[in-house]
Amino acid sequence: MIIHSIFFYIFSIIAIFSAIMVTVSRNTVHSVFFLILDFISISCLFIMIGAEFIGMIMLIVYVGAVAVLFLFVVMMLNVSQQKNEWLSGEKNSNHIPIGLLISSVIFFELIIVAGGWKYKPELIKSFNNIGIDLNTTNTHAIGNVLYTDYIHLFQISGMILLVAMIGAIVLTFRNREGIKRQSYFNQISRERNEAVEVVDVEKNKGVKIDV
Amino acid sequence: MFEIGLGHYLLLGATIFTIGVVGIFLNRKNIIVILMSIELILLAVNINLVAFSIYLNDLSGQIFTLFILTVAAAEAAIGLAIIVIYYRNSGTIRVQEIDKLKG
Repeated sequence: MIIHSIFFYIFSIIAIFSAIMVTVSRNTVHSVFFLILDFISISCLFIMIGAEFIGMIMLIVYVGAVAVLFLFVVMMLNVSQQKNEWLSGEKNSNHIPIGLLISSVIFFELIIVAGGWKYKPELIKSFNNIGIDLNTTNTHAIGNVLYTDYIHLFQISGMILLVAMIGAIVLTFRNREGIKRQSYFNQISRERNEAVEVVDVEKNKGVKIDV
Repeated sequence: MFEIGLGHYLLLGATIFTIGVVGIFLNRKNIIVILMSIELILLAVNINLVAFSIYLNDLSGQIFTLFILTVAAAEAAIGLAIIVIYYRNSGTIRVQEIDKLKG
């Protein structure tokens, strides 16, 4: 139990430190790296607490896809103007006290909620209670529920991903000048008599090919 | 102190959430870092959901975490696509210079 708590403190301190570094760091690439570190430590916490499937999926989706996407975009855009100069500049100085005030209020509200929160035993009974079965693995239990009770939400989330994919492609698609591309309509609408020509070849003279 | 309970996870979630909010409020230059702060906020929500799911012995929280993960991935893809096309059109992604809407 003590080892469990020591690991919890290690991972959570790493997570909080890297979350701070994401927002503070001057270089955007470093911010992405700290974001990756944050996701990794949080997924370690999830695996420790017993939600192995969510931890692994977070590792795959966030570190493998989202963070790499961020890295690609940071590399595609101009790095020199992406200095993360927060708390600097004179034009924005009126944002800083209000922002700090609002975020500290949010933090203390969350602390109050977390500290004063007690769950009642009868509250647990009022849930629809998809209990965690200790005899099956976490992945098995999630699979049992996800493809039966939550099948519509599952399909809707698939549709969300499809719409996001199509939207990202449509947004970033552009026609550039001077690049040869395939025209399916012209390809399909070609006919035989404009593509093929029958030539009578005289003997010993060959045929001249105009390109 | 050495007994890790639900409160510890909620505190961790609250801290990371607040760091994300601070990142949105105080970052005035770089819009990519604002997107990363949104990812941090979604991560904090995921921590809360998983912790409640484990300590209340109810699997629904982990299912919701999966859906939040889906929405977060979609949101990152669309947001980054918007940033790329805005940079292509106007040549800047500084927050202060994005004022086409006159807000």
